[in-house]
Amino acid sequence: MSSSTVVTPAVEPRSAAAPRGSTRPVPSRRARGGTAAWGVAPFAVYVALFLVLPTVIALATGFVDEDGAPTLDTVAALGDPFVLRGFGTSIALSAVTAVIGALLGALVSYAIVSARPEGMLRSVIDAASGVLAQFGGVMLAFAFIATIGIQGGVTVLLRDLAGIDIFADGVWLYESPGLILPYIYFQVPLMIIVFLPALESLKPQWAEANATLGGTTATFWWRIGIPVLWPSFLGSLLLLFANAFSSYATAAALTSQGQSIVPLQIRAALTSETLLGRENLAGALALGMVVVMVIVMTLYALLQRRADRWRR
Amino acid sequence: MSAGAGIPAPSALARRSILAVVGVLFAIPLVAMVEFTLRRGLEGGYDLSRWITVLTGDLGPAYRPLGQAIGNSLALAAVTVLVVLVLLVPTMVLVQLRLPRLRRALEFVCLLPISIPAIVLVVGLAPVYSVVARLFGSGVWTLAFAYGIIVLPFAYRAVQSNLEALDLATLTEAARSLGASWPVVIVRVLLPNLRRGLLAAGFISIAVVLGEFTIASLLNRQNLQTALVVVSKDDPYIAVVLALLALLLAFVLLLAIGRVGRGRTRKES
Repeated sequence: MSSSTVVTPAVEPRSAAAPRGSTRPVPSRRARGGTAAWGVAPFAVYVALFLVLPTVIALATGFVDEDGAPTLDTVAALGDPFVLRGFGTSIALSAVTAVIGALLGALVSYAIVSARPEGMLRSVIDAASGVLAQFGGVMLAFAFIATIGIQGGVTVLLRDLAGIDIFADGVWLYESPGLILPYIYFQVPLMIIVFLPALESLKPQWAEANATLGGTTATFWWRIGIPVLWPSFLGSLLLLFANAFSSYATAAALTSQGQSIVPLQIRAALTSETLLGRENLAGALALGMVVVMVIVMTLYALLQRRADRWRR
Repeated sequence: MSAGAGIPAPSALARRSILAVVGVLFAIPLVAMVEFTLRRGLEGGYDLSRWITVLTGDLGPAYRPLGQAIGNSLALAAVTVLVVLVLLVPTMVLVQLRLPRLRRALEFVCLLPISIPAIVLVVGLAPVYSVVARLFGSGVWTLAFAYGIIVLPFAYRAVQSNLEALDLATLTEAARSLGASWPVVIVRVLLPNLRRGLLAAGFISIAVVLGEFTIASLLNRQNLQTALVVVSKDDPYIAVVLALLALLLAFVLLLAIGRVGRGRTRKES
């Protein structure tokens, strides 16, 4: 709908320079490379202003001194057992929910990949995934308090009907294990959104080739589907990990102590008015998170390179 | 082109079982929310009183900012999608077609926001927004500049998966050599082929904006989520009713956009 009217003018400028009905597209493409580069400028300016600049400001205020060098306080704060425990909890929580979310999401994607793209089933799942993937902090906390809170529907049902007290060992919903279920609730839909297109990019010709050579469905998946898809799968998994790792609104709304995972520690440091010099701690924690993310991103980039091999 | 048509499909039984199990698991919290809103006080039992209160608009002046907040969120969603379509998508197509050497750089930039938690970003956004407010006023729609950044990784992945599944160079060269002008190539060749990616990018952008809480609350702007927090402090039951309605609204909205987008493109192609 609006997409056609919106995209056209933004890309049009290069059409003015393009010779109509060019018969030698490849050389002319190279010749206009310089002009094309200007097309990237608006996006570059936007990213510089709203991503790079805020990030530099945020990191600089926290853990870099006036000369631009890292302070010793920052390094020391990252070695604090309390901080290390926060990172451990965050990484474990993100890894567990990413793996479960990726497997469940891939399974659902597989179940619906052959559904008619314009059918009702696909429409409903697309829309539901879009909503649930970002079923943000506040509402998600409401939902799980209503479900497995102390007086939650499922808690009461299990206690009255099956005699099972899910909180026999203490109320874990408001501690970090209580975050696993809510996190999975947004990880699975996100997986469907990011993995389904990859699944759909499997070329029908590959299945035909497999069938022509006498292969079965199992051969197709074992020899073609899984090898081609695994970089995309792992890439999506990393995206889910990152998503959980930097998510904080859900946890903030659900956990009482609010210090168990790193994002909550950052928030506590930022909003603390009782202790001086804690902005530094927030900066240190942010640095730590960025370091973890750089590792994740590096792995992601390597996987993308591998995934590309099958697309050319 | 109906992607996936040639892939060996799961059996009907496997498909239904997967969807049923996952569907039930995902329905439980939603059902529990509904059950929660129907509870009567200490005496037990259920009634519809809270839903009637909300649906008849009989909420009283304390809830008036909520309508404003919903309007803000919808406006923000629209501007954010516009940012994605005007700034991100043309850049991605351009890089794919003409500037392949920039692909890694573009990907790196688009995925960067994942590695920067919203609370860290917001610290740096505060001074940036003091300048933005001077240039554009302090209207809530300006938050869409920040939201455009936080939806980048999701929009990028959605569009890029689609782009990589196409041989864009061959498609455009074929269209160009058959005499199509660039606008025709974009409208008749690129957009129909990219519609799944663009729809997915739109879905996720709208959902991100409707669910966004961190940036709005820390920059002191009113949106749906910040308003829900205010309401929940006053009456958790009403807040859950409103949360359910918001979910339903977002769901119906995304469903409608998906249906409209597909209906049109089917006719065109």
